[in-house]
Formats: sequence, C-alpha cells, structure tokens
Amino acid sequence: MAIELDPLHQFKIDRLIPLHIGNVDVSYTNAAFLMTLSVVLITALIVLGTRKHALVPGRWQSLAEMSYEFVANMVETNVGHGGREFFPFVFTLFMFILFANLLGLIPYSYTVTSQIVVTFALAAVVFIGVTIIGIVRHGFHFLRLFVPQGVPAVLLLLLVPIELLSYCIRPFTLSIRLFANMLAGHTMLAIFAGFAASIGLLGIFPLGITILLIALELLVAALQAYVFAILTCLYLSDAINLH
Amino acid sequence: MDLASAKMIGAGLACIALVGAGIGIGNVFSALISSVARNPAAQGQVQPFAFLGFALAEATGLFGLAIAFLILFVF
Repeated sequence: MAIELDPLHQFKIDRLIPLHIGNVDVSYTNAAFLMTLSVVLITALIVLGTRKHALVPGRWQSLAEMSYEFVANMVETNVGHGGREFFPFVFTLFMFILFANLLGLIPYSYTVTSQIVVTFALAAVVFIGVTIIGIVRHGFHFLRLFVPQGVPAVLLLLLVPIELLSYCIRPFTLSIRLFANMLAGHTMLAIFAGFAASIGLLGIFPLGITILLIALELLVAALQAYVFAILTCLYLSDAINLH
Repeated sequence: MDLASAKMIGAGLACIALVGAGIGIGNVFSALISSVARNPAAQGQVQPFAFLGFALAEATGLFGLAIAFLILFVF
C-alpha cells in the first residue's frame, strides 16, 4: 500500500457510483456515503435502541436516552420554554455533526465536516432559520435585537453597525469554526502519521504524538458538535427572547 | 518574489494567530482551575462554560489557520 505523504490527500472526494443527470454531476461520492452512514447510524441508535421500552434501560437504550436528555437539557437551559419546538432541529444538528466527526476518525475514512461547503450549509440553515423565526415571531421589532438597552444615542450610531456586523458574521464563524477544527486536526494527524511511517525505528516518537492527537481529536469531535449545538441554542434564544 | 514563495511566507505569517489561541485557552482553563479550587461544589456548573470557552478561543486561532490554508491552496 503506497504511503501518501501529502497530508491533504485525505480530503479528496472520490466518486463511488458515478451518476450524471444531464450535465449535472450527481455521483454518489465518499462524502455522500459517510453522510448516509451517519444518518443510518443515528436512526439505528434511536429507533433500535429504544425498541424494548424497558423501564430500566439496557446499554443502547441508555445511550439513546442520554443523548436525548443531553440535548433536551441544553435546549431548555439556553432557549427556555419557547424553545421546545426547536428541539428536533438542534438534536439533528448535534447528532449529525457528532457522528460525522467521529466517523471521520476511522482510519481511511472521510470527514464530511472537513468540507467548508457542508459546514456552511449547516450554518446557513441555522442562520436563515433563526432570522426567519425571529422575524415571524416579532415582526419589525426584531430589529430591536441590534439596539442594546440603556445606551446613549450617540454611541448607538457606532454600536448598531457593529451589532449588525457581528450578527451577519455568525454563519461564517459557525461554519469556519467546525471546518477549521476538523481540517487542522486531520491534517496534523496525517503529517505526524507520515513522519511515523517514513523514519523507520525513530518513528515511535511521532507515533506516540499521533496517539495523543487521536485522543485530542476525539475530544474535539464531540466538543465541536456540542459547541455548534449550543451556539444554535443561543442564537435561537436571541431571536426568540430578543436579548 | 514569485507567487509560490509569497504564498509560503503569507501562510507562515498567518499562523502567528495561533499564539492568541494558546494564550486564550490557557486563560480559560486557569480560570476554571482557580474557580474549582476556591469552590469545588461549583465544578458541575462551571465546567460546561469552560469547554465552551475553550472551543471558542480555539476557533479564533483556527480562523487564522484557515486563512493560512486559504492562502496556500486557493490563491
């Protein structure tokens, strides 16, 4: 097996099943495969895990219930009671990003969230959705979000554009945070693994670092899913409660 | 100076942003350790904020890294 010494080779998209509709390339790629795998695994965990409806849960039911409770608590703490209806959305986001990140850590697999287009799609949905929710719920008063209370009128001239800018930058920071974390993590892993493979017996030191990096990447995978979900909750709370 | 060398220099300079990430993460966890040392009962309340703060501080540094990659591979 050839050792790919280019650390960015792992991000290349392969067409598993080439498909073309007219001029549009809709091939089933390895990215698409991992996205379907994430969805299938999440569905299997929740549906099959809770099939027994046991009062004292077994292992899988426990896992399913714990993940549900974790996200439900997060939504209730950060959004309040009005956020109950957004729980499925936040749960989907959290579980999809978590599973996509974790599946990417399997060797020779592909990290879906290391593509900016995927993370930007998720962040754009959050941003547009939250803005629409805010406008539908508060109408024109939604613009009060950008006017902090108790500020003298002179400062408002400076503050409102800054608030607007920091609001509009949200989809970008949300997406780039996840994308850059995944990209940097996997690139570092590839670089150190390349060292370990190429310098013979001394490769035990880069191997040790690679092992520590995998541990860090496991933490970062879960943490980035949590951060994405909790920031979605905070933005929702901003839009619903207007402060 | 040709484009390839300028790209390398630009990418290297953009990585200086990670200094901020290091300092920020150090600050966050130092605050966590101090607060838990003063009041161990608060650990359950404070820890989620610590991890959130870590992720956000790291993200800012990684924005700089993303610019470095942008310079290297897109332009």
